[in-house]
Amino acid sequence: MRVTLFIPCFVDMCFPRAGIAMVEILERLGHTVECPEEIACCGQPAFNSGYWPETRAVALPILQRLRNAEVVVIASGSCGAMVKNFYPELFKETEHAQAACDLASKTFEFSDFLVTKLGVTDLGARFPHKVTFHDGCHGLRELGIKKQPRTLLAHVRELELVEMTEAESCCGFGGTFSAKFPMISTAMGEVKCASARETGAEFIVSNDASCNMHIQGLLDRQGQPLKTIHLAEVLNTR
Amino acid sequence: MNSAAQFRDDAKRLTHDLRHRELIQSALKKYEVARDAKKARYQDWESARVEASDIKWDAVNHLDAHLAEFARNAEAHGTKVHWASTGGQAREIILGIVREKNARSIIKSKVMTGEEIHLNEALEKADMSVVESDLGEYIVQLRHEAPYHFVFPAMHLTRGEISDLFERELGSAPTNDAGELTMIARRALRKKYITADIGISGANFAIAETGMVSITENEGNARLTCALPKVHIALMGIEKLLPKLEDLALFLPMLATAGAGQVLTGYNTMYGGPRQPGEADGPEEFHVVLLDNHRTRLLADAEQRDALQCIRCGACLNVCPIYKNVGGHTYGTTYQGPIGAVITPHLRGLQDWKHLSFASSLCGACTSACPVKIDLHHHLLQSRRNARGQKPLWWEKIAFKLFAVLANSPALWALAKPMARFGQIFHPLVKATRLDPAYVWTQSRELPKVAPQTFKEYWKGRNP
Ligand code: SF4
Repeated sequence: MRVTLFIPCFVDMCFPRAGIAMVEILERLGHTVECPEEIACCGQPAFNSGYWPETRAVALPILQRLRNAEVVVIASGSCGAMVKNFYPELFKETEHAQAACDLASKTFEFSDFLVTKLGVTDLGARFPHKVTFHDGCHGLRELGIKKQPRTLLAHVRELELVEMTEAESCCGFGGTFSAKFPMISTAMGEVKCASARETGAEFIVSNDASCNMHIQGLLDRQGQPLKTIHLAEVLNTR
Repeated sequence: MNSAAQFRDDAKRLTHDLRHRELIQSALKKYEVARDAKKARYQDWESARVEASDIKWDAVNHLDAHLAEFARNAEAHGTKVHWASTGGQAREIILGIVREKNARSIIKSKVMTGEEIHLNEALEKADMSVVESDLGEYIVQLRHEAPYHFVFPAMHLTRGEISDLFERELGSAPTNDAGELTMIARRALRKKYITADIGISGANFAIAETGMVSITENEGNARLTCALPKVHIALMGIEKLLPKLEDLALFLPMLATAGAGQVLTGYNTMYGGPRQPGEADGPEEFHVVLLDNHRTRLLADAEQRDALQCIRCGACLNVCPIYKNVGGHTYGTTYQGPIGAVITPHLRGLQDWKHLSFASSLCGACTSACPVKIDLHHHLLQSRRNARGQKPLWWEKIAFKLFAVLANSPALWALAKPMARFGQIFHPLVKATRLDPAYVWTQSRELPKVAPQTFKEYWKGRNP
């Protein structure tokens, strides 16, 4: 299959290892990976801030660039929800409505793509650590992804998954929310971090790099040894 | 202070109040456990939600017909039905009844619509003595503050604080026993029921086909409020309508489970009219005041109309991570939490209340919890769009326009990386100080680092 990888802005800039792991995994599975240079960001910050026309200016070139893609895999649940659920909303009643729906239907979040579309559950990974999993809200509640990452983790050798009680609670990031209401965002993140710490895990694994960015930022400030890691990186270990 | 500044200040104060956060979060943890246990008793909670949502959606979309049917059936049993377009009209109607009856004292059971239209203030101004009979409401009334949660008005107080309050206001002996605290309040309230001229209640549901009002409660206070005084007034929003009596078979348990983790609320009573000839008790007059107060404005909004399906169970507050960290008073609204953030802009003006839709991470926990499937967090997104569409912030608009240029140009995007790396070298000099351009983030969190090799640089290196 020809897989078009959508690398969101912050994964490109700050978390390239998650993207690289996806490339390596998909190629190992025998797929051809392409990664369009022109695509930088899904436009979610403008969208969530209420500036829909400005969002269309970012999203329209993406619609056009991905028109001929066979499948699109996105390296973040949040950006995945943007393309899958909110692009159709954004372009509703415009001439691009159909293109937005077409793109939505062939776009997958990474873990969902592996498990649901490809039927792959065991990538031969080995990760001898105790981990806990954080469900990113967009992946979980917009895209309904809950089992897929856990199915994948269940097949990682020597990995021990301990669920935290607040697995489904928001980490507090929320994009521009974290800058508009930093005190609330931080308080929410503290609840998350405390719950993760309770499990005694060494790593918080997530399929959303943006949540990881927020959680890691808090853990580092608190001086906690706990580390966040993207699911793809865990799956790419040997 | 405007409502947005007040929200921000209170949120800041309360997120730093760890005792408060712990109090609310541990109370709501207990709720979650109870709710999950009761939900598990449903054969299929999800299809119950779909059914409830369908019934309410239909009711909301045929509100005109249901209201007319309700009024007809209520009047047939001697109920007086009043229509109030605004809060002011509703207050006037109620004050009119009060004056006509020469009433001096009023007892209320939980009436959120009363909070909405500032009924107590209006009654007190007319020299009425007004007493809240719901225990939680009674407590916040004694403290001269607004309810903290529209289902659990006093959930922010510990038993110790309530005991202190009762000691101060009622002269009771200190106690840490919940049962004893309830008894203290009961003793104080019993006299009030007997002497009250008028009882004012809200409503949980109004049944079109029978003209009855359904009220659920756990303490029995609403039954006394509605039955003992000579006059009973029920004040309710027009969205409370359900078409059929049998609909309650679904809605009463769902309300109890979603809202309080109960199978069924303690008392579920139907009020069908004043005392009928030959009956031994009940009020001589029963008035129903149907309140619009901008609900029709919400009804006209095809996108967000489903917010009128709300049965005010409070589930969305109970699961909301914002609510759990800033508490109920911070909202400054009658209806707190996600549903408050959705409907307050409609009830009280978008520009004054838009900050509530921005004060959300859009996590969607509310939408998943809502028993009638209101699309709460997406409505927050729509309100953001509506607010900024009407009145953009010029600097945000420019910033997003510039960002679009940057994101659409691979050359500029590539250039941004060395610039960011360069900036990072000097960042430690100002980090987490007011000079830090990223202060909003760095005051409590570390910034991620730009990678030595970004993904696109890696990709270019592989496919030159
Ligand atoms: S919006 Fe839904 S969850 Fe919130 S109070 Fe209303 S019915 Fe309950």
